[in-house]
Amino acid sequence: MRPDLTLPKYLAIGYLLVLVGVLSTVSVFIGLKWLPERVNVTQNGFRGTAMNQIVHPAAQRLLQANNLIPESSDPASPDGDKAVDVYENIQVLKDLSAEQFLRVMTSITEWVAPEEGCGYCHNLENLADDSLYTKKVARRMLEMTRHINLDWKAHVANTGVTCYTCHKGNPVPANIWFTSPDPQEKPGLMATNDGLGHPNAINASTSLQADPLTPLLLGKEPIRIAGKTALPAAPYGAPIQTTEQTYSLMMHMSSALGVNCTFCHNSRSFSDWSQSTPQRVTAWHGIQMARDLNALYLDPLKTTYPANRLGPIGDAPKLNCATCHQGANKPLLGVSMAKDYPELGGTPAP
Amino acid sequence: MAMLSFERKYRVRGGTLIGGDLFDFWIGPFYVGFFGVTTAIFTALGTALIIYGAAIGPTWNIWQINIAPPDIKYGLGFAPLKEGGLWQIITFCATGAFISWALREVEICRKLGMGYHVPFAFSFAILAYVTLVIFRPLMMGAWGHGFPYGILSHLDWVSNTGYQYLHFHYNPAHMLAITFFFTTTFALSLHGALVLSATNPPKGQEVKTPEHEDTFFRDAIGYSIGTLGIHRLGLFLALSAVFWSAVCIIISGPMWTRGWPEWWNWWLNLPVWR
Repeated sequence: MRPDLTLPKYLAIGYLLVLVGVLSTVSVFIGLKWLPERVNVTQNGFRGTAMNQIVHPAAQRLLQANNLIPESSDPASPDGDKAVDVYENIQVLKDLSAEQFLRVMTSITEWVAPEEGCGYCHNLENLADDSLYTKKVARRMLEMTRHINLDWKAHVANTGVTCYTCHKGNPVPANIWFTSPDPQEKPGLMATNDGLGHPNAINASTSLQADPLTPLLLGKEPIRIAGKTALPAAPYGAPIQTTEQTYSLMMHMSSALGVNCTFCHNSRSFSDWSQSTPQRVTAWHGIQMARDLNALYLDPLKTTYPANRLGPIGDAPKLNCATCHQGANKPLLGVSMAKDYPELGGTPAP
Repeated sequence: MAMLSFERKYRVRGGTLIGGDLFDFWIGPFYVGFFGVTTAIFTALGTALIIYGAAIGPTWNIWQINIAPPDIKYGLGFAPLKEGGLWQIITFCATGAFISWALREVEICRKLGMGYHVPFAFSFAILAYVTLVIFRPLMMGAWGHGFPYGILSHLDWVSNTGYQYLHFHYNPAHMLAITFFFTTTFALSLHGALVLSATNPPKGQEVKTPEHEDTFFRDAIGYSIGTLGIHRLGLFLALSAVFWSAVCIIISGPMWTRGWPEWWNWWLNLPVWR
């Protein structure tokens, strides 16, 4: 006996109603713009490799709003009286004219201490006086800015940096870091904790090491993870802890630059330079630059800062990728302020 | 081809969805039907295009043949044949062939007077595929978001797509999908072990009954889902795995563009321990 296979009428009507309901709901959502905005995509690999940067339009608008750039002041003539002849106690900006020197001082106030004014660094009774720690720090920062613009073109190219790149109107840049006071390993049952399982802004909310920066951006430990053989074989490469440390640093780089892993890497072989994007070369120089600046300029300032500016173990505030980048793969969205400031070592636009 | 002793009674007329009696016949052991014909056409065209794509590509190495989707810049439009156009036509053929096959299954179910469990289950596999190469590209505005057709190249796509969200294992729907995949294999291994044990008794003993199987699991874990129930559970676990796989990729990109670890900040920010 054959079963009755005709579709019951009420079932057919039911399906039809559901279909009409779904379609009308979708059209209402589209009409009211309740469906999510379509994302912006930049392709940076061969088609089909899924090496794409995906940004939500709202995030892009926020980034643009956070990267408004102050107008450059009128250029100053390098001729005329030298600053050293006009002002006392000039140690860094010796090569500038008095006019240029004044321009730098005015700009630095606008960029770093717009509310606090000159008195943030200077004793207003005697501007040459070095009694405020902020002045000594600022002097070192001017040296650092010139060092970046002149010696680190491999990373900053001719775009360069100014005080504003990191400070953005804040006396202390928004993104600084201190060495974590917690040991990577604790005695007793927590001995193998290894700094894992503490999501924070540095490790991009993952369970990877909470502080990869001390060993990798202050220290100079090698950043190596990939084994060269299919199976583990002697001599063994990096232990898993080093791998996780490297990944934690990479998480930091990704979130600091607002990009995903495929901005620099083809994940089929992270370590292979021939499969990586050109951006990885720039990023590699960035790591070397961060190490150089932390070791030579920022960490030594711990003897200059008052205690309230120091970290929990008495270390100086240091920089990482986010200090300059602040969520943009090119700081200030690639606009060069430094080209208008040859006083800071910036390369003028051709 | 030889026919099984019980096979003849399955060859009943009717139950077709389209075409009436026109395609209601068998070639050898294979039922044809309207959807058998469309399956054959889509499959032949799609396969021929894949071979053509391999022929114009740099290699015949089976592992490395790669038929990639278009560049993102072509958006939802047609791409030149050799720059992703092939992928677009192959995707169309594949989708047509898969859906035809599911509808052919429906016709066979109707002939046999059985439920639609088989085409229903297969639909989930189709849904997962269509989500990857049609729905998600549509929502993200470019066919270039589909995965490439190639044994190794599609794995590279999977890897890079995962790393687009920094750490895909933090994707909550991916977590569910993985859990269901592991659970379905676990359930299958328990079920298979039970059936093999019951049907292969030691020498001199009789094959065990379902009552014996039930008793074993009631002893072991306090509950036996039963002979019919285990198959319902298996279907649920397997289909859930596929369903949540489709969800985990459709939300990655169209709904969430940042790293998946960051998504969990709602948990870290719960007022209880924040």
